[in-house]
Amino acid sequence: MLELKGVSKSFVTNGERHEVLRNINLSVKDGEFVSMIGPSGSGKTTLFQLIGGLNELDTGEIWLEGNNITGERGHIAYMPQQASLLPWYSVKRNIALALQIAGAGKKEAQQQAEQWLERVGLAEYSDEYPYKLSGGMSQRVSFLRALLSPQKLMLLDEPFGALDALTRLHMQQWLLSIWEQNRRSVLLVTHSIDEALMLSDRIVVLSSHPATVVQEVSVPFDRPRSGELWSTAEFNELKQLIYGLLQAQGAG
Amino acid sequence: MDSRKRLWSSIWPPALMLLLIFIVWELIVRYELVYSWLIPSPIGVGQEMINSWSRLMEHWLATMQLTLLGFVGGALSGIALAMLLHFIPIIRRAMYPVLILSQNIPVIVIAPILTMLLGFGMLPKVLLIVLVCFFPICIAMLGGLAQIDYSLNNYMRMIGSNKWQTFIHLELPSALSNVFSGLKIAASYSVLSAVVAEWLSPKVGLGGFMILSSRGYMPERVFATVLLIVMTSLLLFWLVTLLERLCIRWRPRKEAS
Repeated sequence: MLELKGVSKSFVTNGERHEVLRNINLSVKDGEFVSMIGPSGSGKTTLFQLIGGLNELDTGEIWLEGNNITGERGHIAYMPQQASLLPWYSVKRNIALALQIAGAGKKEAQQQAEQWLERVGLAEYSDEYPYKLSGGMSQRVSFLRALLSPQKLMLLDEPFGALDALTRLHMQQWLLSIWEQNRRSVLLVTHSIDEALMLSDRIVVLSSHPATVVQEVSVPFDRPRSGELWSTAEFNELKQLIYGLLQAQGAG
Repeated sequence: MDSRKRLWSSIWPPALMLLLIFIVWELIVRYELVYSWLIPSPIGVGQEMINSWSRLMEHWLATMQLTLLGFVGGALSGIALAMLLHFIPIIRRAMYPVLILSQNIPVIVIAPILTMLLGFGMLPKVLLIVLVCFFPICIAMLGGLAQIDYSLNNYMRMIGSNKWQTFIHLELPSALSNVFSGLKIAASYSVLSAVVAEWLSPKVGLGGFMILSSRGYMPERVFATVLLIVMTSLLLFWLVTLLERLCIRWRPRKEAS
C-alpha cells in the first residue's frame, strides 16, 4: 500500500541547516490503521506534507500501491487538525467538493455526501454552513469528507488535537465504529498514547531533532474494540512501554 | 420587534439632526441673512424638484445609464486584471507599482484628455468612469487574494486541487467581501465621475443640467440636481450592499450597532 523508503528532509533557515527527518522507513498495508507518535516538533507534519507532495524530499522515495508518487499531489485523502471546512459551502457541498477534486462528478458527489450524512446520523446538518457546527461536529464532517474521498490512503493529522477531553473520547469511539465497518488504509499522527492504542493496528514511535523511527509496536487487540479497552492490563502495559520509549527521547 | 426597535434608535438621531439643519437653513434664508439667489431655501429646492421632476428624470436616466455602463465595465476589468496579476506573479510585480502611480492622476485632468482623444460621444465618458472604478476593485481584490487562510490552503493543496480549483473554491469566495468593499467605493466614485464627465459636454445628464442651470442663475435647480446626485450615489451604494448580502450568506449576520 504505502511505503516510505529512506525519506530524509532538512530545511535551511537563516543559513542554518535543520535536519527534520532522517532515513524514515515506514509502511501501511491495505486496510491497516497505523499511528505515528512522537514528541512535539518531531516533524510529523513535515512528513505528511512530503507524502501529500507539497514539499520535495532530499532523499528517499514514496510509493503508493506500486507506483512511485514522490512529489506528486492528489494521491491521498486528508483530515487536518483544524476541520478546514470551506465556510462558504454547506456541509454537503464541502464533502462533495473533496470528491469532485478527486475527479468525481458533481451530482454523484453530492448524492454520496447526502447518503453518508444520513447513514451516520448527520442528515440534519447537511445544508448548514460550517459556522453553525460545534468543534466535534466539524471534525466528524471533516473525517467523513476524507473517508468518502476515492483515494485509497487517509492521512489524519492530529484530528482531535483541538477538542476537549470528553469530546475527544466520543470522537475516537465514533471514528472507530465507522472505520471498522469501512476499512481504509490510515496513517494517523497523534500526541496521545491512549488514542494511538485505541485506534491503531500498529504504532510507529518517532524521536525528534531529527525524527527517526525508534520502534514499531504492534497493537494486538481484537476488533471491533470497545470503550472499556483502556482498563485492561495489556492496554496499560503497552502504554507504559510506549511512554518509556518516548521518555527515552527526552521530551514530552 | 426587538430589531425594529434597534433600527429606530439608530435612525432617529441622525434624522433629527438633518431636520434641525434644514430648519436652521430655512430660517437663515427666510430672515434674509443670506440672499436667496445665492443660497436657495430648502423648501424652494423641494418645490423646484417637484416642478422640474420630469426634466430631472430625463437627465437622471442618462446619467444612470452612463454610470452603470462605466461601473459594470470598471468592475469587470478590475476583477479581470486582479485575476491576471494573481495568476501571473511576474506581471503582478511589473504592473502593481504602475497601477498605484496611475492613481495619482486626478479624474478632472484625465477627463479633458479623453475628450480630446475620443470626442464628445459616450465612449470617453464611459471610459473615464471605467478608469476610476477599476482601481479600487482591483486593489481590494488583490488584497483579499493575499489573505487566504493558511490551513484551508494547505488542505486544498494536500487533496491535490489544481490552481483553478483552488481559485474558484477557496480564493475567490475568500476574497469576495474585499471585492465588495472595492465595489462600494467604486459605486460612489462612478456617480461622481459620471457627473464630471458630463460637465465636459453639457447636453444630457445631471452634470450637464447642473452646469446649464448654474449658468442660467437658477440656484434652486442646481441644488435640486445636487440632491438627486447624492441620492443616486446612495442608491448605488445600497444596491451593492444588497448584492453583497445576497452573495455572502455563509457567516452569521452582524448585529447593527
